[in-house]
Amino acid sequence: MSAARVGVVTFPGTLDDQDAARAVRLVGAQAVPLWHADRDLKGVDAVFLPGGFSYGDYLRCGAISRFAPLMEELVPAAQAGLPVIGTCNGFQILCEAHLLPGALVRNASLHYVCRDQKIRVEQTATAWTNSFASGQEIVLPVKHGEGRYVASADTLAALEAGGHVVFRYVDGNPNGSLNDIAGIRNEAGNVVGLMPHPEHAVEELVGAPSTDGLGFFTSILKNLVNA
Amino acid sequence: MARVIVDVMLKPEILDPQGQAIARALPRLGFSGVSSVRQGKRFEIDLEGPADDAALAEVRKMAETLLANTVIEDYTVRVQG
Repeated sequence: MSAARVGVVTFPGTLDDQDAARAVRLVGAQAVPLWHADRDLKGVDAVFLPGGFSYGDYLRCGAISRFAPLMEELVPAAQAGLPVIGTCNGFQILCEAHLLPGALVRNASLHYVCRDQKIRVEQTATAWTNSFASGQEIVLPVKHGEGRYVASADTLAALEAGGHVVFRYVDGNPNGSLNDIAGIRNEAGNVVGLMPHPEHAVEELVGAPSTDGLGFFTSILKNLVNA
Repeated sequence: MARVIVDVMLKPEILDPQGQAIARALPRLGFSGVSSVRQGKRFEIDLEGPADDAALAEVRKMAETLLANTVIEDYTVRVQG
């Protein structure tokens, strides 16, 4: 069987695409570079939207990226079930594209926060978290200035009732997110977004606080093999 | 040629820490009597033609699509007189 192919998207201003591609390769999958200006998903089995400052965060984080030619292909594919994960700026893009509900706004503290953050895995029934145990606490780096998750009261209630909150901050909320939300999923569970960075926590050699991030990549492999 | 102004503000229920920081700074600068501040964005859109109903409908579509994220923001459209 050929290796699973995970697309890693690069927009102008993306920072974490190389780390994401490296993490994909570490678990034995093939990382396929996807370029924002191409209308081509290159037949990948899953897509990783990495962090950074795509299009300079102009207007709002993710607001311009959402209309990139690649996104015109990605949005319908995600709606049809293609596994997609967005971390940090990738999460912001998924919200702006309305693949996930709510939005991410300026940290309540107004400070850019860069630290190791403990989060709890609340949902393992997604394409990206099935390697974790429900309730498992993991440590991942966070680094963002606009990571405060907000949504209307109705949306928030629906997220909680449906079990769509996938990650919650533990031992301190870095940005003032409502209900300590660090990450969410869509109805189907194929689209997941979170502010922390699994791709920065895959190798101890580089000073990562853990290798907990590997679980995201082993999850998607397991998901693809069983699909 | 007409100019259309689009104002975009965070919805009232969304916390605006930037506005709060401005409100806290004002008394330090000697400005009193301010109970709160909220910060937003203003877009000045110059049209090639007149600001008729069709053009304003188009500007509202721009606001819905790109200028505002209606999940968290409200917008108003007006013609600059």
